[in-house]
Amino acid sequence: MLFDKFQSMVDFRAELAERGVKPFGAVTEEIYSATEGRVEGRDVILAGTNNYLGLSYDPRCIAASQAAAQRWGTGTTGSRVANGSFSEHQALEADIADFYGVDHAIVFSTGYAATSGMCATLAGPGDVILLDGDSHASIYAGVRLSGAEIIRFKHNNPDDLAKRLRRLGERAADALIIVEGIYSMLGDVAPLQEIAAAKREFGGYLFVDEAHSMGVLGETGRGAAQAAGIEDDVDFVAGTFSKSLGGIGGFCVSPHAELQAIRFCINAYIFTASSAPSVIASTREALRIIRAEPQLRQRLWDNANRLYSGLAGLGLRVGPSASPVVAVVLEDRERTLACWQALLEAGVYVNMVVPPASPSTYCLLRNSVSAAHTPEQIETMIAAYAALQDAGLLPAPGQA
Amino acid sequence: MTQYQEYLGFICNVLESYNKKQVTLTESTDLVADIGLTSLEVMESIERIEDHFDISIPLNILPDVNTVGELARKVHELTQ
Ligand SMILES: Cc1ncc(COP(=O)(O)O)c(C=O)c1O
Repeated sequence: MLFDKFQSMVDFRAELAERGVKPFGAVTEEIYSATEGRVEGRDVILAGTNNYLGLSYDPRCIAASQAAAQRWGTGTTGSRVANGSFSEHQALEADIADFYGVDHAIVFSTGYAATSGMCATLAGPGDVILLDGDSHASIYAGVRLSGAEIIRFKHNNPDDLAKRLRRLGERAADALIIVEGIYSMLGDVAPLQEIAAAKREFGGYLFVDEAHSMGVLGETGRGAAQAAGIEDDVDFVAGTFSKSLGGIGGFCVSPHAELQAIRFCINAYIFTASSAPSVIASTREALRIIRAEPQLRQRLWDNANRLYSGLAGLGLRVGPSASPVVAVVLEDRERTLACWQALLEAGVYVNMVVPPASPSTYCLLRNSVSAAHTPEQIETMIAAYAALQDAGLLPAPGQA
Repeated sequence: MTQYQEYLGFICNVLESYNKKQVTLTESTDLVADIGLTSLEVMESIERIEDHFDISIPLNILPDVNTVGELARKVHELTQ
């Protein structure tokens, strides 16, 4: 039967409903600030978002959005290649190209459309794509559509990438190498210096999805490639407006002039309506704030370090280094569910990740920090985890 | 021993470590239906095979590979 393949999901949902736990699609009923809201009837600290700089609730971004809705209306009702290119969209493309110091930028309606659309289009039949094994679903969705030969290399392993480039021989010169800046699940950063070195040795084009690293890493917030000092080796940067910029939408920038022609070959760009002008306007304002206020990034990292060292100090299994995403790794799904629910009841909303969305067989309690969190909120989060240890839901220090 | 049989032998060796149900591995053994490999175990086995023969196995071929024999034939093709 058509629906047989969904039975395991039907069963899992029934189990969650029976236990009264709602980790997927928990409803936010109120937003009080960038870091506080009411979720499923409880006032909580929002510690499971991607609101890295807290800009989703910035009064300046809200005002820009309101003014644009007043001026342009609520939607464009059409594609960028038809009636949906307003001067706001063009201005944002100019802003983002300027921010990255390149000449070419495309703005997409979502980050997913940006990465999947670029990955589906850049390489085609006869070409080769080398992608990090832990790539985001939007990257996998794109490369599957491309018609290119798809080769995975081991996550964050430049030696494995180099080995596979070598195996390609002359074909390596045209290969498309796809990596992310910060990986969204464990918060680990790609070793971009070594990856760029492999590209220099064997050839290829480098595509970096900075979805979680734009506004977060790099001297001016351009992301992991800037932080690694290898921007000259990058051919395409993709990213999203839905995380550090607090809106929705995506982009791709490139020093290659061909990007302007590629634009008209991307289905995810052509066959979808352009973003609402209000969203474009708040994004432009958020980008301006990122450039003008580097202290936001400093505050984010202070909070990230505080949470990471706090949770590591409790003896919990966390990612390889401090990052705005601090994931606690658990082996057992039952225990993860119970912890997630207990955290919510203690007033801390985090993300729960189970396979296949997690990179391996383990489960995650994914915490994310924001520049807008106060040190007290971070301490509350750490205390909530300590309480899980006291309750026997997590291994006590020394037992992990 | 032909090259194909060498590939088959090595692949069976790799798969034995995931063969929880202890099924007898032949060319017609199905990787998922018979051995019960999870998608993660499929990727792990592929990586071990790739490293051993110094090849890259493109993800695109996986939908066409169901059995041990089909995998061995693909590896054979890729090394030609
Ligand atoms: C690495 C990566 N790329 C792309 C996306 C898609 O972005 P968006 O959610 O803005 O569509 C995400 C986030 O979901 C992501 O983590």
